[in-house]
Parts: sequence; C-alpha cells; structure tokens
Amino acid sequence: MADQSFNTETYVDTAAALIGLPIAPAHRPGVVVNFERLAQMAALVMEFPLPDGVEPAPVFRP
Amino acid sequence: MSGDELARADAAAIATAVRAGAATAVAVTEATLARIEQRNPSLNCFTAITAERALATARAIDEQRTAGVELGPLAGVPFAVKNLFDLQGIITIAGSRIDAERPPAIADATVAARLIAAGAVPVGALNMDEYAYGFTTENSHYGAARNPHDFSRVAGGSSGGSAAAVAAGLVPLSLGSDTNGSIRVPASLCGIFGLKPTYGRLSRAGARLFAASFDHVGPFARTVADLAAAYDAMQGPDPRDPVCAQRPVEPAAGDLWLGGSRLRIAILDGHFAGTGPAAAAVASVANALGVTRRVEIPEAARARAAAFVITAAEGGNLHLADLKTRAADFDQMTRDRFLAGALVPATWVIEAQRFRNWYREQVLGLFRDSDILLAPATPCPAPLIGQEMIEIDGAMVPARPYLGVYTQPLSFIGLPIVVVPLRDPGQMPIGVQIIAAPWREAEALRIAWALERDDVTAAMAVDCCSSSSCSSAA
Repeated sequence: MADQSFNTETYVDTAAALIGLPIAPAHRPGVVVNFERLAQMAALVMEFPLPDGVEPAPVFRP
Repeated sequence: MSGDELARADAAAIATAVRAGAATAVAVTEATLARIEQRNPSLNCFTAITAERALATARAIDEQRTAGVELGPLAGVPFAVKNLFDLQGIITIAGSRIDAERPPAIADATVAARLIAAGAVPVGALNMDEYAYGFTTENSHYGAARNPHDFSRVAGGSSGGSAAAVAAGLVPLSLGSDTNGSIRVPASLCGIFGLKPTYGRLSRAGARLFAASFDHVGPFARTVADLAAAYDAMQGPDPRDPVCAQRPVEPAAGDLWLGGSRLRIAILDGHFAGTGPAAAAVASVANALGVTRRVEIPEAARARAAAFVITAAEGGNLHLADLKTRAADFDQMTRDRFLAGALVPATWVIEAQRFRNWYREQVLGLFRDSDILLAPATPCPAPLIGQEMIEIDGAMVPARPYLGVYTQPLSFIGLPIVVVPLRDPGQMPIGVQIIAAPWREAEALRIAWALERDDVTAAMAVDCCSSSSCSSAA
C-alpha cells in the first residue's frame, strides 16, 4: 500500500513523463481514476505474504 | 429444409445434410447470408461479411462432394470470427479505429484455418470491445452489439458479436477470445454454450493479442456437440504461437456420451457463492447432477485483483506506441484504462505473477478430490446498454468490470471451462461455469452434454426478443 503522502496525480504525471507518454488534459482525470482503481487492486496483491521461494508464473525456456 | 431452417440449423445437422447430399453448401451459405442481411442491422453483430469468399468456399465443397471426395466433419457449416482473428483478405480491426488502417490479413488465423480445413465456411467478422478490453461490447466506433433476447441489453463482451450471432441463429458456430471472461461472459448473457479451453490448448496465432499472459481462444455454439466438434477441429500444436502447447490432439466429441459418470463434482463457495439468478442457476445445475458438496478456492478475490493488474500492464504496454501518438483515436471506453495500465510499476506485475504461481498450487490441490467445479458465469443477467451500476446482493457496484467477477480468477490460471446457459420462461438467460482441471476440457464438455441431454440447459436460436425495441426487426 502506498504511504499517506502518495499523490496519484503527481505519480501519473511523473511516470508518464518517464516513459514519454503524453496524457492530454481531457484524458488525465480518467487516467487518474483508473490508476487509483489499479492501485487498490495492487494493494490486495502486495499485502499478501507470499513465501520467499515462490517464483513468477511465466517460465522462459531458451 | 427451408432456407430459414437451413440458416438456423445446428452445425451437426448442416454437416450431416451436406455430407449426405441432402443440402448443398451453397444453399446453406446463401440462406445464412440472407438471414444475416435481414437480422444483423438490428443486432449489430457483424462488422464484415465475407459473402464472396463464403460462396466460393461453399462451391468448392459442393464440387468436392460431386467428385467423390470425403468431406470434413464441419462440411458446409457457416462460422464467423471475432474481428480480432485474421481472415485472409479483410482487415483485422480488433474493434478499433486504429487497426482499421492496417492492410488486409494475408492469411487466416490458425484456428480459422483449421475450421475451414474441416469444411467450415467463413461468413464474416464480429463486433467486440476495442482490443478486447471490456465485458459488454459497447463499442463507440462500431456501435453496441445487441442482445438477441432483448435489444436494449448488452450482449456481453468482449466477444459480444460472436455470442449474439450464435444466439440469434445467424451462424451455428463462432470464435471468440477470453482473457478475463470474454467468451464466458457473453455466452452467459446471450444464453449459449461457450468453451474457454486450457491456456495454451488452442493456437492464438493470427489473433490480435490483448494480455498475453491470459489470452485464450475458443468456440461458441448452440449445442454441446457442436462446441466439441469445433474444439476438436482446432486442436493441435502450432509453431506460430509460443504459448500453444506441444500436446497431441485429444478429441472430446466422441466421449460426450459418457456424461458425468465417475466424475467427482463440487460447488464453488466463498467468492463464487453468487446471489439471485446466478446462485439459482448454479443450484439448478447442482441439483440436476445430485451435487451438494461445497469447496472454496482460497484468495479468489485477490486472484481477480492480480489478473486486473497484469491485464492493465500488458495491455498498456502492447498499445504504448499508439497511446503515445494517437490516444484520442482509442475508444473512450478503453483509452483511460490502457493509459493507466502503461504506468503500472513493475513490482506490482511481478508480485501478481508470483501470486499467480502460489494461487495455481492452491487450486490444483482442490482437483485432488474433485474433477469438476461449478460456479456462476456472471453475477447477473445482461445489464442494459449504457447501464453504469448494477445491484448485487443489495449493494450497487460498477456494472462493466463486475461482470467478470467470477470468470477472472479462473482464466488467471488457465483452467478449461464450459459455460452452459439456463433460462427461466420470461427471464433473461444466465450461465454456469463447468470448470475442469487443466487439459481436461473433455470432462467439462461431458458434464455440459449430460445437462443438455437432461434438459437442464439448452440454447435455442432466438427469433425475436421480448422487448418493444425489437418489434421493428421481426
């Protein structure tokens, strides 16, 4: 879970700038709402105490 | 058979008639094209109709028969594909305006090619949510696909056109894709059978991907036998899809008659308990099968959350180049979710993929004592087109994402699932998921077949819905 100081709008602007993704002013409120929804979903995943030995599901075979 | 009867017949009846010479493939195709022309303007299922190719394919089949060539098991059977599957000569638009600028496909998607090799006749491409990111097929570019049972309601999505076309009797067979529920949700809302096979069972080559970790393809039909016949025809390894398993064809159609004998069945509880019509549908199926045992998948809500995060991140990454340069050309129904998905931090995705591994082990443990699990396919019957919220168990929740609440935690780990439709007189249909262990599609199909045999489930071609909005279409 993000800490109390986290600001979704600031994150969206900064992360979008980092990857070179322009977000039009008209689209920005919807992106923020959707990112907040994603953050809520991600919090459910991140708070779950997985054992150390569990690897990510995708397996690469050279 | 009359033209309309030919057009509405199931795949098995058509193939039997064509193989025996009781009907020509051209006559079936002409009847199908006429029915599509008559009914599609009200339903908005088709985005492309491949009449010329269909008639040429049908003529070739009839010529083969005349020449004494043994015809395939799907001889003369019309089918259509969600418009994210390549059909040679037409543009694979994937529900988008952006991909409509691409050149026409130079080859058929593997699964379409295999149906055609079995004798099936491609008649067109079907409406969907843009890039498969939705559960309702309310496409802003091409219009909403309408539910044949009530034109004011959604067909479900993202393979909404595929389900509606089969439910309305425009084709006996169609193809869809399912990343988080996009075959199972529209099958439930349109009242037909749908199969989402095991992840990696059917080739996705020539299908526009959405979230590669979860993308599956599969068939829709109005009978379990047709569903199994299509599934069998599409099986087999494919070097063009790195996810497609190196497994031999394991035919299911020949064993349907075994039904549910010796299969251990349980009802999924907890997250999947359902309420109202969803719970009643599961109870009907469980009663018919004599099942009372209930089991619970641990952490299913968390699995849905993990699927949600991975889907957004993979979808956002897949479309990043277009999001950077032409976001305004995306459907407003998907754009902001794709943009947000492109910003997901890596640690969320990796943790979700680790959780996926842990969760798979928990669910596989349930299959030590059960062969088949039962769950609702959707939390409710079809919402109205444009409906934002639905009431579930007294609480108002956002309709569109919530439609996948029971499908998402299962495609997350690639389990094979058949949706069987139930419908009380005067009510909208709703489906039940028949869930099997990985690679055991045949067992889920056997249960579905037994339920169909015993009249617990059935999918009829809908001639006209009960809503006033369809009176003009009759």
